[in-house]
Amino acid sequence: MSLPREPLFLARQNYRLRRIADAARGLPWIGMVLFMLPLLAAGQGRNDTVGWLIFIFVTWMVLIVIAAILSRGMGRNRIDQGGNEKQQETGREGNP
Amino acid sequence: MPLPFNILVLVCLLYVIFLFAVAFGADKRARHGGATWLGNPLVYTLSLSVYCTAWTFYGAVGYAARSGLEYVTIYLGPTLVMIGWWGLLRKLVRIGRAQRVTSIADLISSRYGKSNGLGVLVTLLAVVGTTPYIALQLQSVTLSFAVFAEQGVSDWAGGEWAGGQTPVDLSATALWVAIGLALFTILFGTRNLDANERHNGVVTAIAVEAIVKLVALLAVGSFVVWGVAGGLSGISQMIAESPIESWTIHPGRWAGLTFVSAAAFLTLPRMFQVLVVENVDEEQLSTASWAFPAYLLLISLFVIPIAVAGLAVLPKDANPDLYVLTLPLYYNQQGLAMLSFLGGFSSATSMVIVASIALSTMVSNHIVMPIWLSVRPRKEATVSGDVRHLVLSARRLSIGAVLLLGYLYYQFSGGGAALAAIGLISFTGVAQALPALLGGILWRGASRRGAAVGLIAGFVVWAYTLFLPSFGDTGIMSAKMLAEGPWGIEWLRPRALFGLGGLDPVVHAVLWSMLINTTAFVTVSLMSFPSPLERLQGAQFVNVFEHSARARSWAHSGAEAEDLLIMAQRTMGADEAQSLFQRQAVEQGKDGYLPDITPDFISRLERELSGSVGAATAHAMVGQIVGGASVSVEDLMAVADETQQMLEYSSQLEAQQSELTTTAHRLSEVNEKLTQLSIQKDAFLSQISHELRTPMTSIRAFSEILREGGLDEEAQGKYARIIHGEAVRLTRLLDDLLDLSVLENGQVQLNPQHEKLSLLLDRAVAATSSVTEGEITIRRVREAEQTQLYTDTDRLAQVFINLIANAAKYCDAARPKLEIRVSERPGELRVDFIDNGSGIPVESQGMIFEKFFRLSDQKAAGGAGLGLAICREVMDKLGGSLSYLPGQGGAAFRITLPQAS
Repeated sequence: MSLPREPLFLARQNYRLRRIADAARGLPWIGMVLFMLPLLAAGQGRNDTVGWLIFIFVTWMVLIVIAAILSRGMGRNRIDQGGNEKQQETGREGNP
Repeated sequence: MPLPFNILVLVCLLYVIFLFAVAFGADKRARHGGATWLGNPLVYTLSLSVYCTAWTFYGAVGYAARSGLEYVTIYLGPTLVMIGWWGLLRKLVRIGRAQRVTSIADLISSRYGKSNGLGVLVTLLAVVGTTPYIALQLQSVTLSFAVFAEQGVSDWAGGEWAGGQTPVDLSATALWVAIGLALFTILFGTRNLDANERHNGVVTAIAVEAIVKLVALLAVGSFVVWGVAGGLSGISQMIAESPIESWTIHPGRWAGLTFVSAAAFLTLPRMFQVLVVENVDEEQLSTASWAFPAYLLLISLFVIPIAVAGLAVLPKDANPDLYVLTLPLYYNQQGLAMLSFLGGFSSATSMVIVASIALSTMVSNHIVMPIWLSVRPRKEATVSGDVRHLVLSARRLSIGAVLLLGYLYYQFSGGGAALAAIGLISFTGVAQALPALLGGILWRGASRRGAAVGLIAGFVVWAYTLFLPSFGDTGIMSAKMLAEGPWGIEWLRPRALFGLGGLDPVVHAVLWSMLINTTAFVTVSLMSFPSPLERLQGAQFVNVFEHSARARSWAHSGAEAEDLLIMAQRTMGADEAQSLFQRQAVEQGKDGYLPDITPDFISRLERELSGSVGAATAHAMVGQIVGGASVSVEDLMAVADETQQMLEYSSQLEAQQSELTTTAHRLSEVNEKLTQLSIQKDAFLSQISHELRTPMTSIRAFSEILREGGLDEEAQGKYARIIHGEAVRLTRLLDDLLDLSVLENGQVQLNPQHEKLSLLLDRAVAATSSVTEGEITIRRVREAEQTQLYTDTDRLAQVFINLIANAAKYCDAARPKLEIRVSERPGELRVDFIDNGSGIPVESQGMIFEKFFRLSDQKAAGGAGLGLAICREVMDKLGGSLSYLPGQGGAAFRITLPQAS
């Protein structure tokens, strides 16, 4: 009676979407580590405000660019699926 | 040449008028069904910028001047939350939409078994946490006004803005600003009790303000970098020489503030409003995931340069919180200063507007409505009285009250503290909702008790360690208590709880409040056993992506569809309620406005209602009609993971079965109708022979008498009149039959012409005056009837006449009244005829449009039962419809006509 809830192997597009989602989940953790790096310098008593300023803003920009790429990749893969996901959702909405 | 203060006020007023126009335009556009801005991901992203308040606009520079780079932590937290949207925000937004959440208090209350107690708790927390913040915005606008006012009088003189003699009354400015904001918010924030609480006008205005503040800050920044410092190398030289260079990172604050800002980004009522409630689809979130961090980056890009320049150029005693404004003034850049002023004004106003909308929704849904429901007697509460009106008034009053609170706080706190301090205190306060929020959407085991205990504990610790001490030693806590702890108990010192001294007060408060809050939440959750409804909701929230099915919380009900419709109309508005009921009826394969009361339908209705009044109140309102909440065993099975797979398999069968059931339902309805029609056909034949024979018999009899002659003049006349009368009746009957058959066969010729609706109704009323005179009072609203029609007006008048005459004939009220209500919807015109009689019984509602159907056998009425059948055919031919409208307190018929675009 127990049916598998999801197939074991996915089509290429679904697979891609999953991996992009994985990356999207991991991104904030990487960002957190990078943003907390200045703490390591705290003990060494060095003051390099301009340096840290540049570091923070460059990290920030890189994160934004990666997030944008992931967001676009996700959108494209979802559209390629032919709106399957959406149809399924509305179907569920309609038939409780 | 200093800028005159009056011009400043004028520009400010013009800007406000512009915002009103933008909001009004967007609202109008949305209501007329045009493409709304709301769907645009960029508008969504810009609306998120309510995160950047005056605290950001003015305060960030001040913060940087005092503590160097640390200011960026306030923007790093939200950045991390946004770029990680896939994991957390997406779920939050999905839940928000699936459960029709109206505020963060509603989300938490709904998750933990629709408990209103929790709703009240979160609402209080939000009000206490937000009031100082609103005060802060009022203060910033007032201070920026003061800067200009002073400059107008004595030119730039060292930034003595607080102590000096200023020509404007600061507190009056704050009051006017507060009143203006209240007005704007009430106008555009409470315009409709929309199902999902979306505010087109407000969001569009906020998006415009977001652009203004970004442009203003970038302009001042570029001016400082390229105008004052002479380029990038110049500014890095300036930074290296400034006191900021000697700033050292404070590890506790760096990490702590990043955490608090991330937490507050999710839990601030205004952020929740724009992030979750105003969200339209997940695509928006996907774009905002990178666009909003980019906005934050741009906002904070020039903060350090401005701070450095301010420190270097402006006098020592100048307030760093106002550098953004005073720097351009110092260099006599009036236009730039003006832009900067508008930027600050935008930041402050957008925050206050969204925050007061969010708070007023919470206050009215979680405090006012429950009180009102409990004060009114059961059942009557939901069936009588206009709930819609009440909710809207409650919201309007709450907006006023929230702003008044903010103003009073501003008055009594004296507006002295540095801007950044209040912001962080507020952030820490609202962040107390985080454990309950995250636990609620990620952990099925989180329970109501746990959430309540955690919230209360966190709130108390926050108040004790941060909020109350922030008033200084003149406030509630004495200097002695701050230094030595209450009653000399050392380990209870507000700023060194459990002896952990030497920490920064904010970090100290964050650490202890979050630690105690989370520990209490988790521990009590582990120990308590949640109620069934709570477990159901928990499963729905945590597994929102797996099964989006609705909570089935009402097992069986004796509720009357009509009662529910009446209540829904009062809460959601007649249109939405009627279309919801109609949709459901169609889904069940039924005709008309009244669906079967299934548990599914009730939970769907409840969810729609909760979009207007919040989950807890909606649950209570439906409960009053349906009677007692109950969760069935099957529902609980859905909660248990073990049966999940089985259920999913059987759900396919169930879907097929439900399809079959719907078809069967439809078939049996059709069958019943056919049977009835067949009976009717027989009845029709006997009826028609009877109807034809009766007058024929009398005509024959009397004409025979006449033929025999020998009658006097008077008797002759009398008999001739009878014959004539019967002949007329016969003709009318045949006319009707002919009419109907022509209509049904589609051979009818329409003669469309232009005529005003009011004239047409005048004609109809005049034509029926012989039957209505003295019988029934007709009420009309002429202003609504000014529509120009292009249709076969003679046919339409025939329908009107029939409906009015019917009301006159059958309305059984002591003082019969007929109301003719005209309303326009996009693409259609509606004319409702509503009388105050006893209406048409539910079981007959499906039959009244059939031929020869009569409600009672009273021949006295004189009709043959063809009127409504003809009317319906006529309306069909005109491209409109005629239907019975239940739940209006009498017989009510709705005519719809397509409207030429």
